[in-house]
Amino acid sequence: MNKPLRHIAIFCGLLVLALLIRDNWIQYVRAGELSSHERNKRVTIERYANVRGNIIVDGKPITGSVDSKDPYYKYKRTYVDGPMWAPVTGYASQAFDANQLEKLHDGILTGNDDRLFFDRTLSMFTGEKKKGGDVITTLSGAAQKAAFEKLGDKKGAVAAIEPSTGKILALASTPSYDPSSFAGYHDKDAKAWQALEKDKDKPKLNRALREIYPPGSTFKVLTAAAALEYGKVTDINAPTDTPEPYILPHTRTPMVNHAPGCENATLNRALEVSCNSVFAKLGDEVGRDNMVKMAEKFGFNNAEIDTPVRASMSVYDRDMDRPQNALSSIGQYNTATTPLQMAMVAAAIANDGKLMKPYMVEELRSPDLDVLEKHEPEEMSRPMSPETAQLVQQMMENVVEKGTGGKARIDGVKVGGKTGTAQHGELNKARPYAWFISYAKTDSGSPVAVAVVVEDSDATRDDISGGGLAGPIARDVMKAVLDSKK
Amino acid sequence: MSVVTNTTTIGAIDLPSRRNTELALLGFAVAIPVFAYLNVGLALDGEVPAGMLGYGIGLGLLAGIAHLLVRRFAKYADPILLPLATLLNGLGLVLIWRLDQSPRIISRYATFSPDAPKQLMYSAIGVALFLLVLIFLKDHRVLQRYTYISMVAAIILLLLPLVPGLGSDVFGAKIWIKVGPFSIQPGEFAKIVIAVFFSGYLMVKRDALALASRRFMGLYLPRGRDLGPILTIWAVSLLILVFENDLGTSLLFFGMFVIMLYVATERTSWIIMGLLMAVGGAVVVGSFATHVQSRVAAWLDPFGCLKTAPEGSNMAAACDQMSQVLMSFGSGGTLGTGLGQGNSDLIGFAANSDFIFATVGEELGLAGVMAFLLLYGLIVERGIRTALAARDPFGKLLATGLSGAFALQIFVVAGGVMGLIPLTGMTMPFLAYGGSSVIANWALIAILLRISDTARRPAPAPAPSPDAEMTQVVRP
Repeated sequence: MNKPLRHIAIFCGLLVLALLIRDNWIQYVRAGELSSHERNKRVTIERYANVRGNIIVDGKPITGSVDSKDPYYKYKRTYVDGPMWAPVTGYASQAFDANQLEKLHDGILTGNDDRLFFDRTLSMFTGEKKKGGDVITTLSGAAQKAAFEKLGDKKGAVAAIEPSTGKILALASTPSYDPSSFAGYHDKDAKAWQALEKDKDKPKLNRALREIYPPGSTFKVLTAAAALEYGKVTDINAPTDTPEPYILPHTRTPMVNHAPGCENATLNRALEVSCNSVFAKLGDEVGRDNMVKMAEKFGFNNAEIDTPVRASMSVYDRDMDRPQNALSSIGQYNTATTPLQMAMVAAAIANDGKLMKPYMVEELRSPDLDVLEKHEPEEMSRPMSPETAQLVQQMMENVVEKGTGGKARIDGVKVGGKTGTAQHGELNKARPYAWFISYAKTDSGSPVAVAVVVEDSDATRDDISGGGLAGPIARDVMKAVLDSKK
Repeated sequence: MSVVTNTTTIGAIDLPSRRNTELALLGFAVAIPVFAYLNVGLALDGEVPAGMLGYGIGLGLLAGIAHLLVRRFAKYADPILLPLATLLNGLGLVLIWRLDQSPRIISRYATFSPDAPKQLMYSAIGVALFLLVLIFLKDHRVLQRYTYISMVAAIILLLLPLVPGLGSDVFGAKIWIKVGPFSIQPGEFAKIVIAVFFSGYLMVKRDALALASRRFMGLYLPRGRDLGPILTIWAVSLLILVFENDLGTSLLFFGMFVIMLYVATERTSWIIMGLLMAVGGAVVVGSFATHVQSRVAAWLDPFGCLKTAPEGSNMAAACDQMSQVLMSFGSGGTLGTGLGQGNSDLIGFAANSDFIFATVGEELGLAGVMAFLLLYGLIVERGIRTALAARDPFGKLLATGLSGAFALQIFVVAGGVMGLIPLTGMTMPFLAYGGSSVIANWALIAILLRISDTARRPAPAPAPSPDAEMTQVVRP
């Protein structure tokens, strides 16, 4: 009986071996996949196991962490002025994951980042509880407050940038949501989440970064810069030789102007009253390829504008025929842009032609306040020469001084701006978008450039003009930044 | 058997009893769980657990008494089995205690009562039974007398859960009976009793089964009348599968029988026939038993079937369990989170019994699981070694059956929770919470010790033969 017994011994050994191999398979080979599986609650448990680090604006946290006395997730995220800051912070929910800064810097906030390895090891010996690090943002509380409050019940967005560095100062989107309303995982959190998901106004959408709008007349600033840069216009006060009506090339469609005095207007005058004909003609003269080149220098067609929260790609179509390019030059046809992109356009002009890469995270800090990473301002491109930029500034300041942008005027400060009223929808019947882009300039350079879009308003169609709706919002944001610098 | 090597015990030299080895190993087997207990306490509350001294003394006393009685009643017994069982039992207690501390598990029950004290009591009963077996079973061959009584007892034990009013249905599997406040899993005891029956039966019938057979296509086919009992066992296994919904128990008994049949007859054809019958039975039953189907679906693709299974169905529950268990293992990684620091309590059901191995996986990692598997492997191989060394066929078969059943149980349970085979309703011996299991397995170890003691005990000196002088060759 001993021979079969030895076989049985080997057989039993093989059974154990099979188990050992299987164990290596699930605990070694597949460990990474299983431990970070979307259904694995441990990822979320870990995220809320310790006091979560904070997102900081002006030295004050705009987030918090409370002990939720819950057996599943120990700490729960709280927000200060949640709806106002939601486009910056994003959310961190026990049931619905996280997004934006909360997600991108999750490692720092939870304390699990590799750069915090030393802190973790140290606290293992000192017996201190693990803590998360902080994310210091570039935002300005005053500017954000002005933007959010001024947008009020309107649907729209504001993006403000410091032109000399690219620091994002304000990033507001309305209607907004309170991320603390679904920070937990209970029924009420699920209900709040469901309600937001179903809401037709899409409150969870970050309009400042993640929505693209036709820019309308505000795009004319870019066309003006292109015309100057490519030598189609050398003197902004010389007539542009534009007929009235101007017929789009290859078509019989006349370019309709909403203001008188566009025939043969100067570039300066054309921007002041927002002449469609002049800019369509100039765009055509610059040509599609050069227009595309110019737009791309400003950041159009770039899918990777990371602030670090990624902005949607703004579009200036690369494959258009002449009439389509002419239409695009006045911000119509396929042209579409995020509010951030238009703020970048204004910022590049205000910064004498140098576009700085927009960013909103200044520093990452460890729990004991060591700086782990510091963001240095970075040049993104130079879309135009300083001379061109100064000419465009002159014209934009003229718009605020005498033209459609009067509502943005601030005493004692030079303000340049451009209004826009973008038609959209089938046969342009939908309520147009009101745009305003502007910058303020003091003796020591420009502290702020801003883009405002108001999607839809209770005002009647005629009233919707960039100057009337969006202008005052831009002015208040700029004023808030100027006041906070004093 | 007649070759004199170190493994055989026939010889005039008195073998070392190895009792001191056992004592030293027992020292480790008590110290390791005590440190594990301390580890859990420090991880959970940051302080030395209050019950540590009592726990250590309790485990030490159980081990000490067991050791002294082994010294007295089974001097030549295998020195490794008792420490292995003590270590596994001790670590099992720590794991159960650790899960008792989980606020998540506590919050799941309206009235929660910790399981660790109960398990400690069961362990004590188990060790007591272990000692009773060693004291009163002076020679395992006595059991041979009860061959057919064992058969009847085994069948009764196996069918008890089907008796209305007595059996209770726990998550689909009907392998429990309720007696007053206690839940008993008769299958665990049946495992031992049926091994006794198989040994006795096969010892008598082995020649008939091995020799009286026809050769057909290279296989030895038994005669019809010899096939009868085998078909009966097969049918009983299928009945268990169909009516008690327990794949594990069914597989265990049939597998044990095939192993013993093979060892008794030395005929490979039994293994082939056994495999064919097992596969055939499993396919037939699997095609209409929904309980088995949902387990199979959960095994094939736990995450996928989680999406397709209807909400609230048995299948959804099975898939959820399986995916939770796999994620628990995966999150443990190579070294694990450390005792008390994992989240295996996310497994919503039977975390400290059927799925306790997931806690090992998560908190002790790949390293810990492999160590546990090797500990179990050692028990099995020591059991088979005992079978090899045993001098009588009954002892050989009994040791084979018990070790084989133990090995199959480990494979079926660990393979089930690790997703190697479909999940079944059995528990890891010694580790998992459950009175029947821990008590029955202590008895199993006791019987193995008894067989090994008999095997290694020096053979009595041959009696002087009165005819010695007469057998001289007389040359004419």
